[in-house]
Amino acid sequence: MSGEVAVLGVGMHPWGKWGRNFVDYGVHAARAALKDADVPWRDVQFVSGAATMRCGYPGYVAGATFAQALGWQGAQVNTSYAACASGSQALAAARAQILAGGCDVALVVGADTTPKGFLAPMAGHRPEDPDWVRFHIGITNPTYFALYARRRMALYGATVEDFTAVKVKNAAHGMSNPNARYRKRFTREEVLESAMVADPLRLLHVCATSDGGAAVVLSSLEYARRRGGKSARIAAISTVTPRFASNEVEMPDIATDSAVAAAPYSFRASIARHAYEEAGIGPEDLSLAEVYDLAASLELDWYEHIGLCAQGEAEGLLRSGATRLGGRIPVNASGGLACFGEAVPAQALAQVCELVWQVRGQAGERQVAGARVGITANQGLFGHGSAVIVKS
Amino acid sequence: MNARARAAAIEGWYTLEDPPHLIGSRCTSCGSYFFPRLSGLCRNPACEGTEFAPVQLSRTGRIWSYTNACYQPPPPYVAAEPFRPFAIAAVELAAERMIVLGQVAAGIDVAQLAVGMPVELVLEPLYSEGQTDKLIWKWKPLTGGA
Repeated sequence: MSGEVAVLGVGMHPWGKWGRNFVDYGVHAARAALKDADVPWRDVQFVSGAATMRCGYPGYVAGATFAQALGWQGAQVNTSYAACASGSQALAAARAQILAGGCDVALVVGADTTPKGFLAPMAGHRPEDPDWVRFHIGITNPTYFALYARRRMALYGATVEDFTAVKVKNAAHGMSNPNARYRKRFTREEVLESAMVADPLRLLHVCATSDGGAAVVLSSLEYARRRGGKSARIAAISTVTPRFASNEVEMPDIATDSAVAAAPYSFRASIARHAYEEAGIGPEDLSLAEVYDLAASLELDWYEHIGLCAQGEAEGLLRSGATRLGGRIPVNASGGLACFGEAVPAQALAQVCELVWQVRGQAGERQVAGARVGITANQGLFGHGSAVIVKS
Repeated sequence: MNARARAAAIEGWYTLEDPPHLIGSRCTSCGSYFFPRLSGLCRNPACEGTEFAPVQLSRTGRIWSYTNACYQPPPPYVAAEPFRPFAIAAVELAAERMIVLGQVAAGIDVAQLAVGMPVELVLEPLYSEGQTDKLIWKWKPLTGGA
């Protein structure tokens, strides 16, 4: 299909709380991806960075920051910011440049250094900024995660045991992942004994904030063919906005759209739907999925939003064991955010890295047998979300 | 007597009368509601309305979901010492067909809340500045149903 591009290489800097400059992680990941691709840095014609809002001006111009750190060599440059979907937008910019004939080889990089504790808004008295208002009245990110968790309990019979089972599953998946921050097997007792953060979610149900970096080297299919060998391909990148009247109770908003004049619309379900349409496949074609488990409970919402099951059936799918490694459709084989913690501009790219390793059969102990097609899904502040489909 | 002054913690988002109301906007063309208030262009893409009437939103609704804050939120939240956990509710307003978040009235724990429970809007101090209580809207369970 003409809309596809090849993935020549992927690389990461391990997630953690290293406390170093985000540029170090990005450069490490970029060099790992270039090495994996066997592409010299000087041959990269387009550099696409995912921005971070926490690391000053160099973070706002991440594409140029990484290009300078790798050594200016005259490549065209782009920086994208889209909260949790930043990496996917940076990837989409690189794909567009390749498909438009503007370059053969592009490097996409995202990295972050995060503070301890809650992610917080920018300083100052700014009542016109909804992100400022919600923190002023005490509504942090876990509030939103917990509202959806409680809603599942009331509507679909989800239990705290289900949320705990997601965490225990993902912790087991990530045990052998060298890039994961937490490589520890958690028991249900440990999860249930951790401190309550936002009822019904406890500390070990909610993901941490992490430092980390991820990078992807893309090329045209033609360039990949000339080099020989077999490359993974990007079959779709969805970066759609919500539609009015969006019914998502979502950061940083205090209120949803009013559905008086237009029907209520589910944004999260639309993200993957667009990716499936672009790739010409459906959820039945998937070998695995990497979804944004900012909280363990949100993984259940994603089962439905990416079409693994109907609404209200996610608990049944989880309990059946289908989403475990070895099951019918493993979810978060990498260990997910449960094992990584969130490094915002790197996270969507880290999801892509995992799918590439999986469809190449290079995922080691966490390998999904026969993996051929995978989807990523994430969603974050200010109406951003993305889904990427990777094929072997 | 200590007559404390009352002021809004966030100006223009709610009335300070008794009973209080959230102040929203309603598009005069398509009828969509917005909270907080909106000016400029209607956000319904099927509507090109640019005029909005200020409206008082329904002051009762039903709990869509709820949670609490067990850890002290970071600034700009102004925390009392010592920090006391508080409940939070997302409340569905029937007429406006929208969900509005807010703290739950002080002293009410998540154990006393349920999805679908009727609640009403009240004002309580968010924090104090000298002799002035800075008030914020909160959701409070309606006793006796609604």
